[in-house]
Amino acid sequence: MSVTAGAPFRRGAPSFLSWIPTGRGTTLTIYIVKRLLWMIPVLFFVIVITFVLMHLAPGSPWDREGRQLSPQVVENLNIKYGLDKPLWQQFVIYVWGVIHFDFGDSLRQPGQHVSDLILVSWPYTFTLGAVTFILLVPIGIGLGVIAALRQNSLVDYTALGLATAAASTPNFVVGIFLIIIFALGMNKLTGGTFYFPTGGMPSPFNPFQVELIMPVITLGALPTAYIARLTRSSTLDTLRQDFVRTAWAKGLKARLVVVRHVLKNSLIPVVTALGPTFAFLITGSFITETLFSIPGIGRTFVSSIAARDYTVILGTTILFALLIALVNLVVDVLYVFIDPRVRLTE
Amino acid sequence: MATAIGLAGQVDWDVPEQTGLWKDAWVRFRRNRLAVAGLVVIVLMIVLALGARLPTAPGGLWRILHLTNEPFLQDVTNSYATPSLQHPLGTDILGRDQLSRILYGASISLTIGIVVQFLILGIGGSIGMAAGYFGGWIDNLLMRFTDIMYAFPDLLLVLVFVAAFGPSFWSIFIALGLVYWVGLARLVRGQVLSIKEKEYVEAAIMTGTSPLKLIVKHLVPNSLGPVIVTLTFGIPAAIFTEAALSFLGIGIRPPEPSWGVMIEDGYAGIFADPRQVIFPGIAVALTMLSFTFVGDGLRDALDPRMRR
Repeated sequence: MSVTAGAPFRRGAPSFLSWIPTGRGTTLTIYIVKRLLWMIPVLFFVIVITFVLMHLAPGSPWDREGRQLSPQVVENLNIKYGLDKPLWQQFVIYVWGVIHFDFGDSLRQPGQHVSDLILVSWPYTFTLGAVTFILLVPIGIGLGVIAALRQNSLVDYTALGLATAAASTPNFVVGIFLIIIFALGMNKLTGGTFYFPTGGMPSPFNPFQVELIMPVITLGALPTAYIARLTRSSTLDTLRQDFVRTAWAKGLKARLVVVRHVLKNSLIPVVTALGPTFAFLITGSFITETLFSIPGIGRTFVSSIAARDYTVILGTTILFALLIALVNLVVDVLYVFIDPRVRLTE
Repeated sequence: MATAIGLAGQVDWDVPEQTGLWKDAWVRFRRNRLAVAGLVVIVLMIVLALGARLPTAPGGLWRILHLTNEPFLQDVTNSYATPSLQHPLGTDILGRDQLSRILYGASISLTIGIVVQFLILGIGGSIGMAAGYFGGWIDNLLMRFTDIMYAFPDLLLVLVFVAAFGPSFWSIFIALGLVYWVGLARLVRGQVLSIKEKEYVEAAIMTGTSPLKLIVKHLVPNSLGPVIVTLTFGIPAAIFTEAALSFLGIGIRPPEPSWGVMIEDGYAGIFADPRQVIFPGIAVALTMLSFTFVGDGLRDALDPRMRR
């Protein structure tokens, strides 16, 4: 009676694909292909909605603060970027480009392809998000499980209190308070010898830099709290189940009861929540990036909206929607392996 | 549930009292101290916010009673004043009184947070109800539509909507309604689908109840609990989104002092005076926290499984 390494899946997990009957494997493939195909209309409508809203918005990419461009220049720019054509024609041209992975040129940064802009800013956002996610999952789940196992103890109340406070404090407030305490306050206290830097992220690919500490806390506080709360309530639910009582009654060791009977079941809803959490890490990073002057994709997006840089808005929206659709697909497929009761019927 | 033997020695049988759902829920809600504290804070906030806006003169009732100053009155010679009797929370870079601005901001945050929920209820409730009740191709169509809306990250879609309508109170209001109905529609649909299977609904259909009466008498009351809880949790989310948009410079624009605007202003001058962010920051966090507590309390109070 020992727990195998792959306990969350099934015993003998390393070859976890082999236990799926051949029929089921085929179902899975068909399911994945179906879902991938379903992404095409979804992305299409995402483009439609964004495109329409963008052009509904007052203002144009050629608006300048102060002195405006002359009408002749604006006209020429419109012709150059095809903005003089009827809207439906612009739309068809854009979608045709997207099909060929051509997202057009930025309207406000002349000569820059949208895909290049995204490739430059994406690593910052990705590193920030990935570091946050990697820290978030064990901390959130760990806190939740401990709080549930020691329900109504001091540990539980502390964890729950922290989680509730973090879940209802906006991330920009968290970030600003961090700056006040760890940058301004520490700077003053130590006379400028030791403090956390407030801005920038010098190297986009390095996950171990001191500049990341405050942004990661800012970005991760809310989702960690959310995961902790979810884990706690789901674990509490499972602890009350009959099969857990049976497990205790037949004298299983506490560790076995918890790992094999409780966690295996209580973590199922948590895994589902990780998809939206990932989406939150992408969208939440708008604010974190603005706060800490990180040149990531969130800032690119926000500034492109303010500048009416149509192609950049569309390009980043498509990227976000695609990522979220893919993550949700991964979660749904993972679900099948984690929860054997789930059948792919769609 | 429990039987207790009183001091006098007589057995005090705990007879389950005949109580309605709402009375029962209220009794259980009152037992949750945090939720009650949250409710008290919210009521207090609403009173303070109303007083800051009514009558419509700048500063409202509190100004008339000389409790606060005018939120828009500038006094550049007195910028970044430290808290004093005159300005209990100090002044900002333009010498405007922070306390009166925070109270004014409360009215914006609370209005957006609470009133948007009715819009969400209208859109999400009717779409979810229609999908669940009619089923078939209507369900398919509506649910595929919610799937598409689901593919957008919330904040991103709100950003695009607000950009389209131009930055103002109303555009945030509409954008929030148009984005956050999706979760509620799914919830209502699920509720309706499960209630439709219940025997009493079948009985009602068999006795020839009209669809309208069926919806009003059976479907709506029985799915109300989770809907109310979801909407309550939607309030802090909406407050957060407004503050975040205003902070990013896309939401409510100055001089209107929304909390997000104040935090944005304060952040720009954070090295000069961190107080400018601390107070509005605490205000947002406290309001959101209170609504979360109330939501937690409502969830436990309205969940039939928790009934004793």
